[in-house]
Amino acid sequence: MEAPIRAAQFLGFTVFFLLFCVCRSSPLHNLLISNAERRIDLTSHIVKVYLTLKVENAGSTPTSEILLAFPPTQVDHLATVEVLVTKGKRKKTTLVRLDVKPTELPDAPNGTKYFTIYLANPLNSGESMTLEVLYLFTHSLEPFPAEIGQSESQLVYYRDSALILSPYHIKQQATFVKTPSTKVESFTRVEPTNRAGTEMKYGPYEDRPPYSFSPILIHFENNSPFPVVEELVREVEISHWGNLQVTEQYTLVHGGARHKGVFSRVEYQSRPTLSGTSSLRYLLARLPPRVHSVYYRDEIGNISSSHLRTDSRKSELEIEPRYPLFGGWKTTFVIGYGLPLQDFLFESSDDRRYLNFTFGCPLLETVVDKLTVKVVLPEGSKDPSAVVAFPVEQHLETKYSYLDVVGRTVVVMEKKNLVPSHNSHFQVHYTFKPIFMLAEPLMLASAFFLFFVACVAYLHIDLSIRK
Amino acid sequence: MAAPETSTAAVPTLHTNNTVRNAFGGVLSFFILLLIGVLAFSIRLFSVIKYESVIHEFDPYFNYRVTQFLTKKGIYDFWNWFDDRTWYPLGRVIGGTVYPGLTLTAGTIWWLLNSLNIPLSVETVCVFTAPIFSAFASWATYLLTKEVKGAGAGLTAAVLLAMVPSYISRSVAGSYDNEAVAIFALIFTFYLYIKTLNTGSLFYATLNSIAYFYMVCSWGGYTFIINLIPMHVLLCIVTGRYSSRLYIAYAPLVVLGTLLAALVPVVGFNAVMTSEHFASFLVFIIIHVVAFVYYIKGILSPKMFKVAVTLVVSVGLAVCCAVIAVLIALVASSPTKGWSGRSLSLLDPTYASKYIPIIASVSEHQPPTWPSYFMDINVLAFLVPAGIIACFLPLTDASSFVVLYIATSVYFSGVMVRLMLVLAPAACITSGIALSEAFDALTGSIKFQLPGVSTDAEVDAGETSSDTTEAQNDEVKAEKPEETSKDRRSKKSKKKEREHVERPSAKAKVKTKAEKKRLLALPLEASAVSLLLLIVLGAFYVVHCVWAAAEAYSAPSIVLTSRSRDGLHVFDDFREAYSWLRHNTDVDDKVASWWDYGYQTTAMANRTVIVDNNTWNNTHIATVGTAMSSPEKAAWEIFHSLDVKYVLVVFGGLVGYPSDDINKFLWMVRIGGGVFPHIKEPDYLRDGQYRIDSQATPTMLNCLMYKLSYYRFVETDGKAYDKVRRTEIGKKYFKLTHFEEVFTTHHWMVRIYKLKAPKNRIRGKTKKSKSKTSSSSSSKTSGTKKKNPWH
Repeated sequence: MEAPIRAAQFLGFTVFFLLFCVCRSSPLHNLLISNAERRIDLTSHIVKVYLTLKVENAGSTPTSEILLAFPPTQVDHLATVEVLVTKGKRKKTTLVRLDVKPTELPDAPNGTKYFTIYLANPLNSGESMTLEVLYLFTHSLEPFPAEIGQSESQLVYYRDSALILSPYHIKQQATFVKTPSTKVESFTRVEPTNRAGTEMKYGPYEDRPPYSFSPILIHFENNSPFPVVEELVREVEISHWGNLQVTEQYTLVHGGARHKGVFSRVEYQSRPTLSGTSSLRYLLARLPPRVHSVYYRDEIGNISSSHLRTDSRKSELEIEPRYPLFGGWKTTFVIGYGLPLQDFLFESSDDRRYLNFTFGCPLLETVVDKLTVKVVLPEGSKDPSAVVAFPVEQHLETKYSYLDVVGRTVVVMEKKNLVPSHNSHFQVHYTFKPIFMLAEPLMLASAFFLFFVACVAYLHIDLSIRK
Repeated sequence: MAAPETSTAAVPTLHTNNTVRNAFGGVLSFFILLLIGVLAFSIRLFSVIKYESVIHEFDPYFNYRVTQFLTKKGIYDFWNWFDDRTWYPLGRVIGGTVYPGLTLTAGTIWWLLNSLNIPLSVETVCVFTAPIFSAFASWATYLLTKEVKGAGAGLTAAVLLAMVPSYISRSVAGSYDNEAVAIFALIFTFYLYIKTLNTGSLFYATLNSIAYFYMVCSWGGYTFIINLIPMHVLLCIVTGRYSSRLYIAYAPLVVLGTLLAALVPVVGFNAVMTSEHFASFLVFIIIHVVAFVYYIKGILSPKMFKVAVTLVVSVGLAVCCAVIAVLIALVASSPTKGWSGRSLSLLDPTYASKYIPIIASVSEHQPPTWPSYFMDINVLAFLVPAGIIACFLPLTDASSFVVLYIATSVYFSGVMVRLMLVLAPAACITSGIALSEAFDALTGSIKFQLPGVSTDAEVDAGETSSDTTEAQNDEVKAEKPEETSKDRRSKKSKKKEREHVERPSAKAKVKTKAEKKRLLALPLEASAVSLLLLIVLGAFYVVHCVWAAAEAYSAPSIVLTSRSRDGLHVFDDFREAYSWLRHNTDVDDKVASWWDYGYQTTAMANRTVIVDNNTWNNTHIATVGTAMSSPEKAAWEIFHSLDVKYVLVVFGGLVGYPSDDINKFLWMVRIGGGVFPHIKEPDYLRDGQYRIDSQATPTMLNCLMYKLSYYRFVETDGKAYDKVRRTEIGKKYFKLTHFEEVFTTHHWMVRIYKLKAPKNRIRGKTKKSKSKTSSSSSSKTSGTKKKNPWH
């Protein structure tokens, strides 16, 4: 008798333990997605994916973590993931942003990468909720042919899966792909597939198991220029005399199909619609209002082709590079401007000051591969700390500027792969005593005073040996 | 600069009334000098205000690039810099072939500012070096003229120099060229020479050789100094003005100066081996002989002296003959066979155009026209003769130097436009003296006629007139502090006293002065009217200078503007092209263009060029000229053998930019033809006329330059009308077989072509194509080998 009982006990423990493990480590089998709709926007060179998931907890235990899966090829180009959830009753719905963090799972098939969504309130068993997920890819449109002539239009490949990659069972799903024009060279059919105008519909597909994958390839025309800032260094210098000086150094490249062979100015000028349609003629930078002393130059001098439009809410700087950028062409330039300090610098309650400024690149529709933001605090400021909405690499530097003695503290923040949606505000807190503002004027004054004293002394002392 | 002035003014003297006036005069002239400095600096900022803070033209870009290298890599790397970005495949030793003065000056300024944590860029420092040094130059002019004719003349000359158009043309902000610092060095060296001559102080003599060293570092024009000063010494000796002061002023300069000059790598042994320097050595010998004679004369009795002279003369003649023979042998065997090309063209103005087209092709080496004198020195041209006369009343050592300076520089400026720059300070000094003396006489006679209201008149004149009269007004006051200073220093040296005697105006006592004035006094009305006229003349000068600074000389020439009805239009094509080259070609690609654009290409585009503005290798330039004037296939072969990837041409036909490559093309033909005789100038001319319309010769219409300039030009307006030549071009539709257009700027001013890759050789076909080309280029009978010097 004893043995069966023991066996049953052991079995019971084991089952319980296993169950516990499963519940703890991955609530995968509890959840299922009852309905998923995905809209892929391919109109610009930043691929935007809107994913609507209806998640259902089919298990018995409440869960507060939901996983998003990405194939490893896509995750390298993934710039940002945002998850919103609707809250409230029918009329008073508000969108609440949820925390998303990359996660490693040990048994990920084929190197799948995961992001975990942390729910504010656990999803109880039997309940369901709707998640709005937005994620952006950069460098995901591969030009094909990779090199085009001046008058050819730019064709690109987009690779994805017709089925949404997910660790959960998806009951019903559909994918809509929007292309910039009706000109689509080819696309993979995964029945049922429809195409109407600029939109393609993959699906609906029913009851797909976890990790279903069905690669698709869309070859279509995208003549929008691909402005990619390979490196951007933004330097924000705080002067407590009332000015905020921003200097931005760009290395800009056209990331589309490489230009091949001849560049004929006569064709470019006489037939602008046909010739060089994908070339980058101008860029628009959105600057804060009340911007002043704007300059736009490069290492060999001022670039005269820019226009500044200001109104009370925003300033727009339209800049033309020195030459139109064709695919693969590069240029570098510097934009600088001054801003009134009171718009950006505030005092917090604990006698500290903080700067509130936008993080990303002010150019519209631009991908930034590497961004370095340097905040140069005034000389004598202490205990700097930066608050950014997303993870960045941080370190401190020292910079010597006009007549500095101890140097200015520079808070350096670095981030890779940015899209315009990273243009959120960041804060740098620091302490600063206003008396330091007088250091340099006093130094100058005393230097001149000493100089004059020396002059007077020299005139009144006869240094000659002979009398 | 004016510190000693104030210092002497501050010294209390016995006469309290005088002290106040002296102090006032000293402070006033100090502030006038300060204002002159500000004026000299700020009148040169028109280019920054109208355009931007940017380096101008061609040579300044090279200097800028060298300065960048210096600030980045340090002085030792700079001396050893072998530049492989120019003169491909030869390269150029920069450290040994460049006058380092300007670069070191700007580099030092930059280093000083940065060590004070003032983070100015190298470019900013370079842009503002020239205006800063023109302020220094006007102060140096003050010092020099003050040594010659007193403080009043000094201030007037300084004002004139601060805004003389000739100097402005070379020293506007951004014109970062050797002349910018060299003119200051030139005037300052002359000042120290005169100062030594006046004081006989070895201290100033040493300073003088250091200033001369700085001048040698800065500019090849230092040979002017080392020839002018010996000439003056000789003049003094001949006119019987030999003194120990003259010896002190000259001998240390030659010894120390030559030693120091030999330290500059670009000069090196040239300081003793080229004919430009021989005059100084000859005079060095002569002054020693003269000194020896004077010494002997002092110790011997007159009778003995006569005997000695006859003895020495007979022996000396023999020795002289031997020395002259040795000298001639030296000249003949010296490395440059005596004189360099540019110096020779100074002595014989027709030399360059006869023998060296590369020197003649530069517009600034041409003789000037008469209007350019009026443009560059304006009313000074009329004041100079008066100044020369004033220098003779009385003729001192110092004023004879000024006369000699103006006479030689007038000659040199007549040979080369560029040397107008040397004339400008001389003209300012003499005109300053003339104006000062004239004002002195006129105000003096007014003062004499109206004893009661003299002070009022004086003040009035000072207030109503421009700086010139103010300076003049001050002169009376300013001269007195000098007097007191002399009193103070006369204890130290008796030489000062002598100088005093030479200056009657300073030394004269009140009574004799009044008597003299009565004799010289002019009628009141006449002096008032002529005073007014002089002020009007000065006003004309000021207006002209401001106009010249603002309109004529402020254009940076890399960015052009034109005013049309719909506002200002900017032509920024050069930088567009250079920027494109910089970012979109491989870093080791070689770019061929005419040598004018070499410096800019290396500095702005950072690409290797075949030839540049240094023009040290005529054959290499001729190769590029030959390629440009050859038909496409031959040109491709030359360029390909030079490993050229891109060819850059400047074309002004679309917008009417006159100094483009088509207009320079005949020089390419001439220079190319000078080395490779199969290029003949008459082939490109129809009846002696240079034309590109339908009457042009087939050689012209088939040459590379024509093709690269006008490729697809007809598609812009359908007629291919060239706005510079004001004609329709001769050959409108043609194709390029060995070149392809890779970039053309917005206004078509710069066109860049890429050499097509050589075609794969197919057996049997090569022969055919070869025979074809040889038949098509019928004029080239001299064979393919000669066409291409690199094969």
